[in-house]
Amino acid sequence: MASADVMHGNAPHGVPHGDGEAHASVRGYVTGFVLSVLLTAVPFALVMSGTVPAATAVAVAIGLAVVQMVVHLVYFLHMNRASSQSWNMAALVFTVIIVAILVIGSLWIMYNMNVNMMPGMMPVDAT
Amino acid sequence: MTVDIRLAADTALLADAEEGHEEHHDTASIVTLGFWIYLMSDCVLFAALFATFTVLRGDTAGGPTGREIFGLPNVAIETACLLVSSFTYGMAMIAAERNRKSEVLRWLGLTLLLGLGFLSLEIREFADLVHQGFGPERSGFLSGFFTLVGTHGFHVFSGIIWMLVLMAHVAYRGLTPENRTRLMCLSLFWHFLDIIWIGVFTIVYLLGAA
Repeated sequence: MASADVMHGNAPHGVPHGDGEAHASVRGYVTGFVLSVLLTAVPFALVMSGTVPAATAVAVAIGLAVVQMVVHLVYFLHMNRASSQSWNMAALVFTVIIVAILVIGSLWIMYNMNVNMMPGMMPVDAT
Repeated sequence: MTVDIRLAADTALLADAEEGHEEHHDTASIVTLGFWIYLMSDCVLFAALFATFTVLRGDTAGGPTGREIFGLPNVAIETACLLVSSFTYGMAMIAAERNRKSEVLRWLGLTLLLGLGFLSLEIREFADLVHQGFGPERSGFLSGFFTLVGTHGFHVFSGIIWMLVLMAHVAYRGLTPENRTRLMCLSLFWHFLDIIWIGVFTIVYLLGAA
């Protein structure tokens, strides 16, 4: 059992294996919670204070949201690279790809439709 | 056949070493994986709603824009409710691992209250908007807004119902292996909803008000 832990790099550091909870500890939840509070407070403060240009606030908010999603996955949902998690991870990676295609593809297509097919640009008298 | 059994035993042993010592571990992990795959499909549903909302964001049809109707302090409180509830659910999971039934029920109860707090704030926001004449029929932007945020809210509502039922299960039958599996699945569901909410408050509210 000890060798399995070492093999998967999953041994709790300096914590006896008594409870066997390398992945679900109070400390882990507190860390995740504190990080999340920071990652939430910063974009809210930026937008509500209005001190930075809107484009900067938008970029920072989106960047921090992605970071916060990863923090939640790691500290609350306990995603890691252990072999027992490989199917969960495979499903997650697949979903992220599908979501990216769906969202980026939709926005791309609809943006081009808006740009190219606005009323007034249609060749009405072409027929 | 012998080889198969041997292999399964080894896998279980390995999983045991990594994930704590649960009984019925095999069944539990298969159920959990199945539930995880459901959540991933739910994720694709939300992706479609996010894409729709973003496409319709500018189509206000002379109605209000996000900047005019979104109250960020209210959204900040909603966010705090969900975030703290994710933490309290985590504490319930830890209490379950330590076999403390009444502690599990207390943490679940707290999570439930926070979920109700979130939901009541959201319902109040929706009611205010509809009352002002800014319901989903007002513009494409508002249709997208109500569909996306409403779908998330409906998920939270389902989670609250589930939590009530699960609390009854735990109260009457204790922390049986079945109830532990259910706790684990609801944990995934609840944390997943919090992750979706990160997308909602960023894409809908912060980008709308920026």
